Amino acid sequence: MHTNGQKLIGSEIFFECLRRENVEYIFGYPGGALLKVYEILHDVVDIKHILVRHEQGATHMAEGYSRATGRPGVVLVTSGPGATNTVTGITNAYMDSTPLVVFTGQVPSSLIGNDAFQEADIVGITRPITKHNFLVKDVRELASTIRKAFFLATNGRPGPVLVDMPKDVLNAECIFEWPESVEIRGFKPTIKCHSNQVQKAARLIADAKRPLFYIGGGVISAGASEELRKIAIDQQIPVTMTLQGLGAFPGDHPLSMGMLGMHGTFWSNQAVSHCDLLIAVGARFDDRVTGKVDTFATQAYKIHNDIDPTNVDKNIKVDLPVVGDSKDFLASLIEAMPKTKEDRSAWLAEIEEWRKQCPLDYDNEPDSLKTEFVIDEVSKQTEGHAVIVTDVGQHQMWTSQYYKFTEPRSIITSGGLGTMGFGLPSAIGAAFGVTDRPIVLFSGDGGLMMNIQELVTAVYNKLPVKIFLINNSYLGMVRQWQELFHKEKYSFTDLEASNPDFVRVAEAFGCKALSANNPESARNAITEALAYHEGPVLVDFRVIRKDMVFPMVPAGGSISDMLLARLNPKTMV
Amino acid sequence: MKHLISVLVENKFGTLNRVASMFSARGFNLESISIGETEDPEISRMTIVTKGEDRIISQVLKQLNRLIDTIKVTDLTHQPHVERELLLLSLKLGKSTQHEIFELANVFKGKVVDIKQKSITIEFVGSPEKINTAIDLFRPFGIRELARSGAVAIHRGES
Repeated sequence: MHTNGQKLIGSEIFFECLRRENVEYIFGYPGGALLKVYEILHDVVDIKHILVRHEQGATHMAEGYSRATGRPGVVLVTSGPGATNTVTGITNAYMDSTPLVVFTGQVPSSLIGNDAFQEADIVGITRPITKHNFLVKDVRELASTIRKAFFLATNGRPGPVLVDMPKDVLNAECIFEWPESVEIRGFKPTIKCHSNQVQKAARLIADAKRPLFYIGGGVISAGASEELRKIAIDQQIPVTMTLQGLGAFPGDHPLSMGMLGMHGTFWSNQAVSHCDLLIAVGARFDDRVTGKVDTFATQAYKIHNDIDPTNVDKNIKVDLPVVGDSKDFLASLIEAMPKTKEDRSAWLAEIEEWRKQCPLDYDNEPDSLKTEFVIDEVSKQTEGHAVIVTDVGQHQMWTSQYYKFTEPRSIITSGGLGTMGFGLPSAIGAAFGVTDRPIVLFSGDGGLMMNIQELVTAVYNKLPVKIFLINNSYLGMVRQWQELFHKEKYSFTDLEASNPDFVRVAEAFGCKALSANNPESARNAITEALAYHEGPVLVDFRVIRKDMVFPMVPAGGSISDMLLARLNPKTMV
Repeated sequence: MKHLISVLVENKFGTLNRVASMFSARGFNLESISIGETEDPEISRMTIVTKGEDRIISQVLKQLNRLIDTIKVTDLTHQPHVERELLLLSLKLGKSTQHEIFELANVFKGKVVDIKQKSITIEFVGSPEKINTAIDLFRPFGIRELARSGAVAIHRGES
């Protein structure tokens, strides 16, 4: 630990700042521009550096860590290719509002702009995909810039911030000064909701006959699940959630409707279409949620609370915007609610009817394996208390349908960007952050191959990640769209002839591996994997190859018209 | 409709790029943008001319506000303001047209800033509409080159 007023070089200041920000883990990869930083790191004991095998893996790990813990994720990579490899991970964090601070080495200031070896204009490249970014030109500005970076990443709507550090700045010396406070005049997020708007919202809720909560990831990042639970149960308001909002309200509670939107539950989408009051909290009316915008919740008066004013009226015009932190919104709403309560039993009964009309279920065959069964079984064996990480595709949607999330920060998934390859590294990041709950990854065979190199990181660090590989040897979601909408031209989605033997791949990495191809072997494999804590374990679930996710709203369609089964794709409800 | 937006920004490298790339990334129309230092050397003023229906303009204003390097965003369109643009217009000069060019330049309060045997450059200041009219009327004389500054604007003072 160094003190204010001490003379330090940039690389020492870097670690001292991370210490002051209480950073536990850095996900990083060394390189030329960072040699001095790694020289100092050699003797740093209080901050743990996790060596990844690809910089994209580092960004997803940092995101997994952040989403599981609520703390900012920290990435350290070298200049040029090290920096450009972080682009997908940064974009992913930007789309899903995850606080990351990404540090990139840069060529010496004197060489910037000269097309120097391993030079890339990473500040220019990442401007549209970061909340903000900085190039540090003077070592005397390093500490204050790092302070600002953490402040920006974690305050207001969270997001990734990048700090580019030229090699000469990291070598230069100056007096270390840690700024105790941060002042950024262009950044004043509205936290406290306007009380008139809250009062109005409370009156509307009190009078509504058919109210519905539409909950997004903002409720989880605001830590507002308790407030949500209280007001929803107290006022008997059903709760539908976005992919990122799952877990904000307990999935096993009768008022939980599961997810809405493209692969949401039939009853959620019906409720959206029939409610008279839609209360959107920490959600952004994404196109996967709304479907065709002019048919979305047309009977509803719409209240929209979000911390980011740009989300208001962006996709859907709302009637009552309430800008501010979702925790403040829900807490003030609880205070403002009148004592009298509307009887909502007719509305809840109507929802029950929709639930019975088109329930989520599947048939089990003794000789073949369905993904729905695997997820359902994991949900039962973990009692909904695991941290679930997914990759992107069919298995991700089935996870949203069949895993009963009981607490917040339980689903870590790439929602906005839909990044294949997100799953394995983010599960690893989550396992560093959370050690008292099982970390379960559901990944497809396509996505797992996109960052398979990080299996090394899991094995080397003995992380008890359960890698549940949903292996249909297809790019299943693309195949599903090819079957439904593209004349059954299965162009480049069949991986059977090219996929490796995943059990042997895992074993070559030193990872325990199992396989299963029917319900009984799957159930046993899940039990065995959940009981294994010495390191990662991969289970190769050989599932039915051509299964499809239903119900489904075809792209651009209205969410009240869902495709319910494949046999006759023209059947609409 | 056309909107005139005045933005105070941090006078740092990359700020113009942040604003311009936000416009292109979100598909907003950007008719003109001009930027210069203010009385405080750490702050620059940008004047942006954009077009769009109200819903889009409200998004433009919010997205501008969301950038960390913007300090204050004002839509001047419906507020009392002064708007000016500078035009440098270079024309072909011939014996037969000389007289008419000088006369027309006078009407627009133009100022001759360069004159050679076969060319003349005139400076005009005015609202963008006036500049458009000037360009139209000078076109028949043969425009060699022209440069426009884009609009700059400021609030009118309190009375």
